[in-house]
Amino acid sequence: MLRAALPLLGLPLAGAGATEEPTQEPGSPGEPPPGLTLFRWQWHEVEAPYLVALWILVASLAKIVFHLSRKVTSLVPESCLLILLGLVLGGIVLAVAKKAEYQLEPGTFFLFLLPPIVLDSGYFMPSRLFFDNLGAILTYAVVGTLWNAFTTGAALWGLQQAGLVATRVQAGLLDFLLFGSLISAVDPVAVLAVFEEVHVNETLFIIVFGESLLNDAVTVVLYKVCNSFVEMGSAKVQATDYLKGVASLFVVSLGGAAVGLVFAFLLALTTRFTKRVRIIEPLLVFLLAYAAYLTAEMASLSAILAVTMCGLGCKKYVEANISHKSRTAVKYTMKTLASCAETVIFMLLGISAVDSSKWAWDSGLVLGTLFFILFFRALGVVLQTWVLNQFRLVPLDKIDQVVMSYGGLRGAVAFALVILLDRTKVPAKDYFVATTIVVVFFTVIVQGLTIKPLVKWLKVKRSEHHKPTLNQELHEHTFDHILAAVEDVVGHHGYHYWRDRWEQFDKKYLSQLLMRRSAYRIRDQIWDVYYRLNIRDAISFVDQGGHVLSSTGLTLPSMPSRNSMAETSVTNLLRESGSGACLDLQVIDTVRSGRDREDAVMHHLLCGGLYKPRRRYKASCSRHFISEDAQERQDKEIFQQNMKRRLESFKSTKHNICFTKSKPRPRKAGRKKKDSVANTEATNGKPPRDPGFQDTAAVILTVESEEEEESDSSETEKEDDEGIIFVARATSEVLQEGKVSGSLEVCPSPRVIPPSPTCAEKELPWKSGQGDLAVYVSSETTKIVPVDMQTGWNQSISSLESLASPPCTQAPTMNRLPPHPLAAEEPQAPLDLPSVPHSSFAFPPSLAKAGRSRSESSADIPRQQELQPLMGHEDHTHLSPGTANSHWCIQFNRGGRL
Amino acid sequence: MFSRSIRVGAVSSDQIEQLHRRFKQLSGDQPTIRKENFNNVPDLDLNPIRSKIIRAFFDNRNLRKGPSGVADEINFEDFLTIMSYFRPIDITMDEEQVQLCRKEKLRFLFHMYDSDSDGRITLEEYRNVVEELLSGNPHIEKESARSIADGAMMEAASVCVGQMEPDQVYEGITFDDFLKIWQGIDIETKMHVRFLNVEAMALCH
Repeated sequence: MLRAALPLLGLPLAGAGATEEPTQEPGSPGEPPPGLTLFRWQWHEVEAPYLVALWILVASLAKIVFHLSRKVTSLVPESCLLILLGLVLGGIVLAVAKKAEYQLEPGTFFLFLLPPIVLDSGYFMPSRLFFDNLGAILTYAVVGTLWNAFTTGAALWGLQQAGLVATRVQAGLLDFLLFGSLISAVDPVAVLAVFEEVHVNETLFIIVFGESLLNDAVTVVLYKVCNSFVEMGSAKVQATDYLKGVASLFVVSLGGAAVGLVFAFLLALTTRFTKRVRIIEPLLVFLLAYAAYLTAEMASLSAILAVTMCGLGCKKYVEANISHKSRTAVKYTMKTLASCAETVIFMLLGISAVDSSKWAWDSGLVLGTLFFILFFRALGVVLQTWVLNQFRLVPLDKIDQVVMSYGGLRGAVAFALVILLDRTKVPAKDYFVATTIVVVFFTVIVQGLTIKPLVKWLKVKRSEHHKPTLNQELHEHTFDHILAAVEDVVGHHGYHYWRDRWEQFDKKYLSQLLMRRSAYRIRDQIWDVYYRLNIRDAISFVDQGGHVLSSTGLTLPSMPSRNSMAETSVTNLLRESGSGACLDLQVIDTVRSGRDREDAVMHHLLCGGLYKPRRRYKASCSRHFISEDAQERQDKEIFQQNMKRRLESFKSTKHNICFTKSKPRPRKAGRKKKDSVANTEATNGKPPRDPGFQDTAAVILTVESEEEEESDSSETEKEDDEGIIFVARATSEVLQEGKVSGSLEVCPSPRVIPPSPTCAEKELPWKSGQGDLAVYVSSETTKIVPVDMQTGWNQSISSLESLASPPCTQAPTMNRLPPHPLAAEEPQAPLDLPSVPHSSFAFPPSLAKAGRSRSESSADIPRQQELQPLMGHEDHTHLSPGTANSHWCIQFNRGGRL
Repeated sequence: MFSRSIRVGAVSSDQIEQLHRRFKQLSGDQPTIRKENFNNVPDLDLNPIRSKIIRAFFDNRNLRKGPSGVADEINFEDFLTIMSYFRPIDITMDEEQVQLCRKEKLRFLFHMYDSDSDGRITLEEYRNVVEELLSGNPHIEKESARSIADGAMMEAASVCVGQMEPDQVYEGITFDDFLKIWQGIDIETKMHVRFLNVEAMALCH
C-alpha cells in the first residue's frame, strides 16, 4: 500500500519510503531498544489520516488547477475533469503498484463522503420552492424511480432472453431487477455538480434536484428488497414478501423523514440555549445532522432523506438563533465539506474504474443498459409530466421535459451500491460493475458535457439572478395573503390555505418554542429582508469609507452618505444662488461653526457608518431588541442608524420645503451657547462622555466576572468588536485632535482641525444627523438641486481626503455653508413641527446610481463576510474614545427623536 | 349572465357552478354580496391585510366599472370578474396573452396598493400597506414598518427612474413603474388559485 503510494504522493512518501526500514527496527520486539534516537519516522502511526489528508489535498489542488483556466471550466463541468483526473491517477497507481489502490469504498462513501453533500443541499435548499413543487418532486422521485427500475430491469432481462446478452452473464429476472433498482436512481451528487453550473430556471432545478434527493428512499428500499429476494432465491419468495417490500417503502421513507425532523427539532431547540457558548453553535449543527444520518442508517431507514429533512427543517430556527458569525461559519464549513467530499468522490470514482480485476465487459449488456436508462427515463418523464400537467397550475413544457430527461445523471451512489453486491449471490456482479461504471461515466461526462450547450440551444429559461429587493419581498407577501384570502373566500382549502395555516401554527407554537425570544420577537420575513439590505448597505459603506472613499466611481448603495451629501449640496446651492437668504448677522461668527459643522458631518458619517466597539447599555436602540450578543448588537446598531438615515433623508427629500424646522431653534441656541463658552465646552463635554465610558467599562467587568466559562464567549465578543476598529479609532483621533485645537482656538486649516465638533454636539444632541438635514431647508423658493449633489459628494469626499492633506481651496464654500440654514431657519423656527409627510420625494441622482450599484455590491457581501474576521486584532486600549463617541451617539439618537 | 367571464375565459362552467354555490352561501341567498358578508368567512380573520383584500373585491377598477370608487355590493358576475384575476395561465396561450394576463394580475395588486385610485402608489399608501402587512407581529412597531416602506419606496424610485432630473420629484409608483419592479419575476406562475375541486366541506359550513 505504501509502495503503491510512493510515486503518487511524491515527496513526503519518498521520504517515508527511504526511512521505512529504520522505523520498523525500533518497533520490532526482541531487539534491545537502541537508546534515545534523535530522529524517528513513524509513518505507520500516521499513515491513514496522512493519506486521507493527502488525497483531499490532491483533490483541492486539482480543483485549483482546473480553475486556472476559465475557458476549460466554462466548457467542461468540474465533475468530468475530476473523473478524468481520477482515471489518470488510477492508471499511475495501477502501473506502479500492479494493483489498484484507493478505490471508492462503499463504507467510506456512505458514512463520510455522502453526508456532507446531502446536508449542504438540504440545509440550503430553497424551502419555499421545494414545497411549492413538492407534488411534482415526489411523483418523479417515487413513481419515476420505480418505473425506471422495473422497466430497465425487465427490458434487460428481455434482452438476455432475446440472446443479445452473452450467456456468460448469469442472471435471472431478479438479478436484473436488482441491477435496475440500483442503476435507475438519479444521483444527487452528480446532478448537483452538473446543474449548479448550468443555471436552469429554479423550478426545473428544484424538480430534478429534489427528485435526486428524495428518490434515495425508493432506491434503498428497492435495492434491499431485490437484494434479499436474490439472496433468498426467487423460488422462496412469497406473496407476503412482496407486501412487506411495499410496506418497507413507507417505513423507510417516512421513518427517515421522521428521524430527520426529530433531529431538526432537537437541533433547533439546542441552539436556542447557546447564547453563552456561541463558539459551539456551528459544531452543533454538524453534529446533530450527522447524528440524524447515522441514526437513520443504523435503523436502515433512508439516511439521505433524514439529513435532507433535518437540514430543511432546522434551518429557519437555527438561523434565527445562532449568531451572525456562526451563521457564516456554518455556511462556509458546510460548503467546504460538501465541495471536498464531492471532489474526492469523483476522483475516487475515476480511480476505481481502472481496476479491471473487478469488472467484466459485455457489450450487449452495457449498450443495452445505456439505451434503456436513457429511453425509459425520457419515457417516464413524459408520461409523468403529462399526468402532472393535468394538475399543475404552471405546466411543465416540452423543453423542461427534455432537460429533465437528459439531466437524469447517475453517479457514485449507484457505483457504491453495485460494489456492495455479494458475488456469491449475484454471479453476474462483475458485469454489473462494469456496466455501472460505464453508465456513470457516460452520464457524468457525456451528458454533463453536452447539457450546457443543450440548454443553450433549447433556450431553456435560465435562472435570473435576483437580488432580493424590498419591493419584491413586500409584494410577494401581499400576494401570499391575497391568495390565501381568495382561497378562503372561494372556500377551497388548497395549497395556499394550508401554507397559511402552517405559517400561523409555526408562528404561534413552533417558533415560540424553538426560537430565542429576542429572535422570535422580530421574526418577520419582510423585516429580515429589510434588515439584510441595510446591513449590506452598511457593510459596503464601511468598505467604501475604509478604502475607496476617494474614488469617483461612487458605489455606495444608499443612505449612508446622505449627511455629507446634503451638506455639500447645500453649499453649492448657496454658492450658486447667491445665497440671498443667508444675510444674517450671524454669518460672521458662524464661520468657525461652519467648519464645525463640516467636521461634524464627517464625524457623523464615520461615526454612523462604521462599526465601533460599543459596550454600552442600549439606551435608544433597544426598542426592538432585548439583548443580543456583541455582533448582533453591532449589526442592529448599524441597522438602526441606517434606518434612521433612510427615514430622515426620505423625509427631508420628500419636501422641497423644509419640515425640520423644529430643529433649528435648539441648535441655534446651542450654537450661541457654544460660541459664548467655546473654551469651557471641552470641559463641559467631558461629563456626558465619561459616564458613557464608565458605563461600558462596568458592563465589561460584570460580563467577565459573572461567569468563568464565559471567558470564551467574551473572547469571541472581543473579536467581534474588533471588526473595523482601526478606522473608528482614526476617527476618534481626529476628533480628539479637533477637540484640542478647538479649545485652543487655533485653526490652520478649516477642515483639518475642526474646532470641537463632538464637544459641541455631545452637548447639543440635536445638532446631529437630523439637525443637519435641516440644511435641505431654505425658504420656499429654494429647491434641492441634485445636479450639484454629485459635485457635492465629490467635495465631501475631498474634504475627507483632506484629513490627510489639507487643501485650502474650498475654504470659502465652507465658510458660506453654515450660516445659510441658520438664517433661513431662524424666522421659521417658531412654526415648529410642520412635518406632515407628503407622498412624494425628490431623488438625488447619485442615489439612483447607488441603487444600481447596490446590485454590484451585493456580490461583495460574502467576500466582506469573509474579510471581517480577518480584520484587526488590536485596540482595547483605544476603547475609550470609541465608547465616548458611542455615548454621544445615544444622545444624538435620542435627540433626533425629540 | 356569465357572458363576461366566459369572454374573459376565466373558469369552466363546472367551476362557475361551484363558485355560484359558494357565492350564494356567502351572500345568504341574496343576489349580491356586501362587505359584511365577508365577515362570515372565519378563515379570513387571521389575514393581516383582509380589509384591503375585501376592499379589492368591491373596487370599481377591479370590477371594470369605472376609474375609481368602491361598489357597495357585487353580484355574481362581478364576483366572477374578480375571480378571473386569479385564473391560471393556460398552456395554450401565446406570448401576448400571457403578457396580458400578467398585466391583469399585477393591476389587481396595484389597485390594492393604490387606494385613492390616482394611478400612483404614494408613500402614504405604501406605508399603509406595509403597516398592515406587519400588523401580525406585535413586536414590530409602526415606525419600523414605516421605515421599511420608505426604504422600499426609495428602492422603487431608484429602479424606476434611475437618474433623476434636477428638480424632479418622485411622486409615487405608477403602474408602469410597478411593472418595472416586477420585471423578471414570474408573477404568472404565482398568482393563481385552483377553483376546481372546491371542497364539499368548505361549501357546507
